[in-house]
Amino acid sequence: MKAFRTMLFMPGNNPGMLASADSLGADSVILDIEDAVAKSEKDAARILVRHSLTDLRPQGVMCVVRINGLETPFWRDDVAAAVAGRADVVLLPKCERPDDLREISACIDAASGGGDGIRLMALVESSRGIENVSAIAASGGRLAGMLLGAEDLTAEMGARRTPEGAEIAYARGRMLMACKACGIAAVDTPFPFVTDMEGLAKDAACAAQFGFSGKALISPHHVHAVKEAFMPTEAQIAWAARVMDTAKAAERDGKGAVSLDGMMIDLPIIKRAERILQMAE
Amino acid sequence: MTVGQIASAQAGTLESNDIFIRMTAAPDGKGGSIAVESIVMQQFGDDILQTIKDCLAAAGLDGVDIHANDRGALKCTIVARMEAVAARYKEARR
Repeated sequence: MKAFRTMLFMPGNNPGMLASADSLGADSVILDIEDAVAKSEKDAARILVRHSLTDLRPQGVMCVVRINGLETPFWRDDVAAAVAGRADVVLLPKCERPDDLREISACIDAASGGGDGIRLMALVESSRGIENVSAIAASGGRLAGMLLGAEDLTAEMGARRTPEGAEIAYARGRMLMACKACGIAAVDTPFPFVTDMEGLAKDAACAAQFGFSGKALISPHHVHAVKEAFMPTEAQIAWAARVMDTAKAAERDGKGAVSLDGMMIDLPIIKRAERILQMAE
Repeated sequence: MTVGQIASAQAGTLESNDIFIRMTAAPDGKGGSIAVESIVMQQFGDDILQTIKDCLAAAGLDGVDIHANDRGALKCTIVARMEAVAARYKEARR
């Protein structure tokens, strides 16, 4: 799940940025063949992405390819490039229904012959997508997680996009619950005010507090702040370690219920402690 | 393509770490030439030239003139840009 903590968008037709993918500190890179690439350069971008995945693969970084949407003539060739480069994840923009994911999955199967291990992420960025988010999250198969795309969504809503993000609170909550219910990653929308580092820290802290798995980023300068927001504090780590020690001791001694600092240690508490330790690794 | 037009295509950019490549049909339709400019010509000029030759062979192309302006591209970028320009050239030649 840690691979979803910081997911950095990179233009798919920019060799300089693609070459620096493993030095920017992000847990994942999203090689973008969609919005970051002009229509006339889609062919060159997907070739470059394929070669970058093959020859410049960053170590320990999850490689995601954002393909063009199903409404375009480009997506099948994009999928073929992602499969040829053995991308870890294919990110489908403008996902609005489970059938969208099934179509991409069938295309991956056809290109790879199956058994490729490639996962899918749904980029939900429309009101229809938000309304269908539970069905999308439950579509199973290759689906590893969902990413909220607030810019397209708020543009469609006619909402004003603010650093505080009140206008996307409902979409965030609804997507988060759908993902949690299905046990898939929920990734928060990028913070679009690139130079507002104070706003970024608050926005990322909010996403972490809500329980998002991580956040997408549009600037390498955002990596550190977002990682920090998702990193548990030393006090939280110490508490989680004590919870796990207490729980293990209780199990060893055959005790059903135990308490720590006056708090009952039951399964939800143990799960929270496990998540904190996992995030701290 | 109409009679009298010369097939040509280009790919890449002049940005740092990239390479700009233009491919045109050689005037006599035979032979062809490769001209390379690079900010690292002294160190890697021969390697860049060989990579371009290998890509031309892989694409099954001859009788083309290549002009490449390299801004410090890695080998995989040169290969990617050659693959793109070759595909575009073949499309233009149809």
